[in-house]
Amino acid sequence: MERQDYERLRWRCIRRALLELDITLTRFLDDGFDQLSDAEQRVFVELADMEDHDLWYLLSGKTECDDPRFAPLVAKIRKS
Amino acid sequence: MSIPVLKFDAVIVGAGGAGLRSAIQLSEAGLKTAVLSKVFPTRSHTVAAQGGVAASLGNSEEDHWTWHMYDTVKGSDWLGDQDAIEFMCKKANEVVVELEHYGMPFDRTDNGKIYQRPFGGHMSNFGEKPVRRSCAAADRTGHAMLHAMYQRNVKANTQFFVEWMALDLIRDEEGHVLGVTAMEMETGQIVIFHARATIFATGGAGRIFYSSTNAFINTGDGLGMAARAGIPLEDMEFWQFHPTGVAGAGVLITEGVRGEGGILRNSSKERFMERYAPNAKDLASRDVVSRAMATEIKEGRGCGVNKDYVLLDITHLDPATIMKRLPGIHEIGLQFAGVDCLKEPLPVVPTCHYQMGGIPTHYSGRVVVPKNGDANTIVPGFYAGGECACASVHGANRLGTNSLLDLLVFGKSAGDSAVEDLKAGKAHRDLPKDVADKTLARIAALDNRKGGANVHETRLAMQRTMQDHAGVFRFGDMLKQGVEKILEVEKAARQLEIKDKSMAWNTARTEALEMENLIEVAKATMISAEARKESRGAHVRDDAPDTAEFPNGRNDKEWLKHTLFSPVDNSISYKPVNMQPLTVEAVALKTRSY
Repeated sequence: MERQDYERLRWRCIRRALLELDITLTRFLDDGFDQLSDAEQRVFVELADMEDHDLWYLLSGKTECDDPRFAPLVAKIRKS
Repeated sequence: MSIPVLKFDAVIVGAGGAGLRSAIQLSEAGLKTAVLSKVFPTRSHTVAAQGGVAASLGNSEEDHWTWHMYDTVKGSDWLGDQDAIEFMCKKANEVVVELEHYGMPFDRTDNGKIYQRPFGGHMSNFGEKPVRRSCAAADRTGHAMLHAMYQRNVKANTQFFVEWMALDLIRDEEGHVLGVTAMEMETGQIVIFHARATIFATGGAGRIFYSSTNAFINTGDGLGMAARAGIPLEDMEFWQFHPTGVAGAGVLITEGVRGEGGILRNSSKERFMERYAPNAKDLASRDVVSRAMATEIKEGRGCGVNKDYVLLDITHLDPATIMKRLPGIHEIGLQFAGVDCLKEPLPVVPTCHYQMGGIPTHYSGRVVVPKNGDANTIVPGFYAGGECACASVHGANRLGTNSLLDLLVFGKSAGDSAVEDLKAGKAHRDLPKDVADKTLARIAALDNRKGGANVHETRLAMQRTMQDHAGVFRFGDMLKQGVEKILEVEKAARQLEIKDKSMAWNTARTEALEMENLIEVAKATMISAEARKESRGAHVRDDAPDTAEFPNGRNDKEWLKHTLFSPVDNSISYKPVNMQPLTVEAVALKTRSY
């Protein structure tokens, strides 16, 4: 990912509406994002674009992830 | 250096609830209105508000705005201004119904009215019995509210500047406010927003504390800008805390955990609440539990390397009960404490939640400062609403669900006042010649400094100092030390260094600029807290205990007054509390008890 694209993504992850997402996404950017493939990174950008409550419910397991593109990434973030 | 100038009738900083509500008034009045936000509007922290918005609609049972007013004055521990509180409670029905007309999907009763649920502190007939007053949209009230108001703004042609950070307030020699300087994050470009009206709706600054439920975005940018422009900050010693946030993270652990049998323990595994509240123990009131936790930590019985938290133990409870009655708590433990709460206790600490003080405003939303003997002189062209402002309706503590009401009522009020002032027809005043010099100097200093302080370390030092010295339960000696320490941290905050010098999406620079705002709020909080020698509302001191002469440690003879912290020389002055409502009799002083 180009530096500018990464920094834009980073800002959109470290300044969320919900503290839970600030912490979870910052942690993943620092510890897991680099190990994703280019395709997975593009999916992450889409995931990070979700509404805060919807995303937090997915990442906290409150709702099941029924999108096969997101499910493996959600599992990785939950484990990070 | 030539800086681009964008001219608007009004510029609003912040696109949470208060900013969006103000913008509706201005745009619908046909005024050219800009809204600046660090994030997309529907990602503002208002999204996190779940409890609802208070309004005495009386849809479920009899209710009246005067009862709501009584609850609010009592909640404020009589530090709230009663004219502003009357204004807010009386306006509540109007702003909630307006929101409904904007498309807000409130929960409904069977007959189609807005459903109202009970909430702590909401009482009928002047404190007699609970009343259902909170209007909600499932558990997404704040989120639904933002969406409804954002759509309304789009329709009204409000111009949004998303992912822009306002940097400094522009004032001329006579003190008129003429807009802000701001930075576009995508390019790093500095731009002047020249406006006839400037409205701050930048939210709170809960990130000054080490443990805070506030999202990372709550860095007190409006307060920092106001302070740098010489505007005093009001009642900054008053911060609302929750007893149990996950230590190190701040994520809230519901009080229902103690209700289900959770036990608080110190480093010796002792159930310490037995000493503080022999009967209620862990089910004692929020204030009592928070104070006990703070005392255990202060006296060295905290846990962990820094002995700075206690434990919330539910390992003795049936796992099936935990998973059924406390959904989410297991996940919170795993995600934010790295602890399986079925097997190990959770590390918890009293956690900052809401800022009662802020930029001093009249209930019209106009910013007011002391000048020539008048404590409430209007700053021409400057307005504020929501958590960054102090109207003051929350006084020393906020009634639940009044935060969303505050941002609706005072967002609208600030917008209305700006429309009224602008319709009076004044043209844009000339910008001062040095309009952006201070902003450019700050940016240049950050970019050029070598051997300066690290942003992350400085922020951590500030947060630790605030948590240890001005937390939920305060000690005279700790506050005194806290003032010295925070002034030391301030020196570092004035000498920040960043390694990344790039222009586009430089998050290091943005975080450094946020830090310069946070330190203004931290300093105001510590110095104001040290100065107030009584206990009142959320400001509770060990050396101002509950006595017959001063119930709850509150001393109305000496301290029934608002604090004004002057950022110019770190001095404190005071102004009277307005005890005179607009049309009804005052709520007379009495001891606050629930």
